[in-house]
Amino acid sequence: MSQRASLERRKFFADPLMVTVILLLVVFLALFILYPLGMLMADSVYSPSSYTVYTVRETPEEVQAFFEIQGEQVRQLSISHRPVTEVPSVEGLSVIEELGVTASTTYMAGVLHEGLSDTAVAVYQKDKGLLSLQSFPHIFGDYTFRRAFTNTLWLGLITGLGSTLLGLLFAYVDTYVRVRNRVLKKLFDIVSMLPVVSPPFVLSLSMILLFGKSGLITRKILGIYDSDVYGLSGIAIVQIMTFFPVCYLMLKGLLKNIDPSMEEASRDMGASRWTVFRTVTLPLMLPGLGNAFLVTFIESVADFANPMLIGGSYDTLATTIYLRITGGTYDTQGAAAMAVVLLSLTVFLFLVQKYYLEAKTAATLTGKASRMRMPITEKSVTRPLTILCFMVSVFVILMYVAIPFGSLFKLWGRDYSLSFRWYEALIKQDGFKAFKDSFVLSLIASPITALLSMIISYLVVKKRFVGRGFIEFVSILAMAVPGTVLGVGYIRGFANGVFRTGFLQGIYGTGAILVIVFVVRSLPVGTRSGISALRQIHPSIEESAYDLGAGSGKVFMSVTLPLIKDSFFSGLVTTFVRSITAISAIILLVTPRYLLITTRINEFAEKGSYGIACAYATILIIIVYASILLMNLFIKYFGTSRQVREANANVG
Amino acid sequence: MSAKKGIKLEHISKIYEDPKTKKPFYAVKDVSIDIAPGAFVTLLGPSGCGKTTTLRMIAGFESPDEGEIYLGGEAINALTPNKRDTAMVFQSYALFPHYNVFDNVAYGLKLRKLSKDEIHKKVMDILDLVEMGGMESRMTNQLSGGQQQRVALARALVVEPGVLLFDEPLSNLDAKLRVTMRTEIRRIQQKLGITAVYVTHDQSEAMSLSDDIIIMNKGVIAQMGTPENIYYHPDSEFVADFIGEANFLPAQVKSTDNGVSAVKIHSHEVQVNNPSGIKPGTDCQLLLRPEAGVIGPKGDLPCKVTLSVFMGAYQYYQVMVGDTLVKINDNCPINKHVFKAGDEAFLSFGADCVHLLTKENLSSV
Repeated sequence: MSQRASLERRKFFADPLMVTVILLLVVFLALFILYPLGMLMADSVYSPSSYTVYTVRETPEEVQAFFEIQGEQVRQLSISHRPVTEVPSVEGLSVIEELGVTASTTYMAGVLHEGLSDTAVAVYQKDKGLLSLQSFPHIFGDYTFRRAFTNTLWLGLITGLGSTLLGLLFAYVDTYVRVRNRVLKKLFDIVSMLPVVSPPFVLSLSMILLFGKSGLITRKILGIYDSDVYGLSGIAIVQIMTFFPVCYLMLKGLLKNIDPSMEEASRDMGASRWTVFRTVTLPLMLPGLGNAFLVTFIESVADFANPMLIGGSYDTLATTIYLRITGGTYDTQGAAAMAVVLLSLTVFLFLVQKYYLEAKTAATLTGKASRMRMPITEKSVTRPLTILCFMVSVFVILMYVAIPFGSLFKLWGRDYSLSFRWYEALIKQDGFKAFKDSFVLSLIASPITALLSMIISYLVVKKRFVGRGFIEFVSILAMAVPGTVLGVGYIRGFANGVFRTGFLQGIYGTGAILVIVFVVRSLPVGTRSGISALRQIHPSIEESAYDLGAGSGKVFMSVTLPLIKDSFFSGLVTTFVRSITAISAIILLVTPRYLLITTRINEFAEKGSYGIACAYATILIIIVYASILLMNLFIKYFGTSRQVREANANVG
Repeated sequence: MSAKKGIKLEHISKIYEDPKTKKPFYAVKDVSIDIAPGAFVTLLGPSGCGKTTTLRMIAGFESPDEGEIYLGGEAINALTPNKRDTAMVFQSYALFPHYNVFDNVAYGLKLRKLSKDEIHKKVMDILDLVEMGGMESRMTNQLSGGQQQRVALARALVVEPGVLLFDEPLSNLDAKLRVTMRTEIRRIQQKLGITAVYVTHDQSEAMSLSDDIIIMNKGVIAQMGTPENIYYHPDSEFVADFIGEANFLPAQVKSTDNGVSAVKIHSHEVQVNNPSGIKPGTDCQLLLRPEAGVIGPKGDLPCKVTLSVFMGAYQYYQVMVGDTLVKINDNCPINKHVFKAGDEAFLSFGADCVHLLTKENLSSV
């Protein structure tokens, strides 16, 4: 080892606090992100043990009957009838045939052994374990899976395209087109931001209320009695409305970076507005559009709540996985294999997006606009675009307004008189408990996530150590993991303890695991914001504290954290909001001990009790927007971003 | 201040990897320095010469690949920056933007767990010393660049470090303020008698501040010595060129008598001091500073004027001596005959105003 390496190592270990923190982080990330996903991978290619059953009974049916007499379910053992090729002599038994039994749990092995002691059924363990890819051909041969897979891709494609186009429209109008009417401009602003923090279900619920069989618009106004919102078109509309603001924000940033002189040069040489857009603006935006498309594609594919509620018979991978586990079959291995397929899809797209398209976007649009852009004023351009935006805006506003009204109308579709009966019903049916549980769990998760993501960002940006790459990669990768996949991973990983040893089995089914899921789900968002905030801070500010005698813990608490408290606080609120509106992973892990707002909305909406669902959703919307308002106020009055900016101006 | 300490670097090397070629190279190579307690030493060199890396190794932010660093006789290689008795003043000031002036200066004292009264007294005293008294409750963004650098200096001084480190502290200030601040820094350092290591690429800063200058180039020490010594007796063409301006005339030593040699330049003989005793017959370069030469109607070396510009304080000439271009600043032109381009003239200089460099000196760095 070189002198430098040994010195760096000694300096590193001279800081026990940092070493401990790094160690704990690595364990946390490995245990709660990598391990469950790893278990899914292992499950889908590995059959833990396979048994050969020697039996006196004639047929597999008889074996099965025998176990059923014992009061055990043998359903999940796929028993295949095999001809006898080689019969080992088993004392005291007249062996008639060999049955290959693949059991997926040690529990079943125990049952089989019990069977041996009682009766004349002999069981031998053939292999310790079996590596095979058999579950993949198995699920690929499965019709429901194949349909769910193509459904998911179609939905992702439509949602991705739709959101990108709608996002581009709003971004283009915002940066290129003169909208005279102040109110209209403000309206577009609000509408393009509103759904960013909208709880799941909300748009699906209002879609059903407005356009469903007894929908306000379809039935009451248009008189259509057999309107069907369930299915592809319903999910796609709802998802586009939910995700287009993400594209809007991404594309707006890019459009602002385009130097107007390029477009003016093209104009000057005789191009029409449309030709300019087609030959200059659009080609420059292409990687950015691809980026926006992939981001929404991933979001759409990972989405659980909307397909669940409004999908009808249009099952996607996320819902199919959920049904595999909660439905009668409890086919966790099949679900695991599907989860691996879904995970591979999102991770692959995520890697393409992150490492290829993002770099390409940065390469084409690096420059800053040299000056202000003259907005387009021609009526032939502004009119149609403004009208289009206005129609979308009205639609989105309508969707949000429908929810509180849904909770206040006596019976949607029949009796449109106002009453508080749904709120009364909500309170009567454990409403307080649901709010308390959701609140408490989210409130526990918030500070943990915010602090953790700030620590991770600090280590990743400011420190050099072995494992830094691991910490950064895993905490950002978690962004690409669909909630449903994480849920299945936790079931497979923790239901019988870590590596089925029983270790940590205690947390399964408790509030602790729900909090951990909240933390893991919000960690990438907080970390990303922390990293970009920390990159704004000149390294010498921390170095000077270090040099004056502060250890790394002291530097973090007295210098780093105060300087990124905006990011910390927004991490706090974002985690709270994301947790209180979370559904996809939670719904697989929640036990009757905890009632959560989102699972309650799901329950009531599935039962068709839209009134109570709306009441829950209305309160949830109020909570979410109040939290965000609070955050903005805090940052406005106590924020540090101004100080940091000015400190950086000195650095030059 | 009681705790001033000496610093010793023994055969320090630092290897970096070239980001493009992935090949390792020496950013700092076999650097040995011995700095006495209370001395003000400057590391001077072009960007990329390893001066900042050396400073950061003393502070502990970087670890040397070879060699040992001693602070006050104690080996400190394995100590982290917070355990070293050093305090650094940064180029970017690095003030804590969320603290006011007082809290910035008090930061190091609080870490040392001093009593409130003690901290208050020390901070106020040091702020007076850097002439920032009365500004202690300002936020750092309400200060000018010069004031911020005074606060940064106070913050480093107040912890009474064994060694004060400066990493190009004045390069973000405008030219005028830079001159004021360097006088201030020297005044305070002398008053406190503190040991200081100062990194800069500005030679006038180095000249005006230092007891000793260490010139670095490509990771190695090119020369160390007092400012006068380095200016008048550079060891190499690099040092001669880097400090001040220099003309080089090809010369051959003919004979030496009592430390003065007769050297031949373009078939003319001149008398030159030869303190290092370069042997007759050796080819060398004669270093002539522009201000050491005079252009006149009579003199040592005939030359042809190719450019003549009035600069106020001096007349700037470019003349050809044989086939060598020489630049001369002839002072106080008002009293002299001024030559025009195309004129024939003579270049002269005092025997003690020039310096001989042998070929080995030229190739050594």
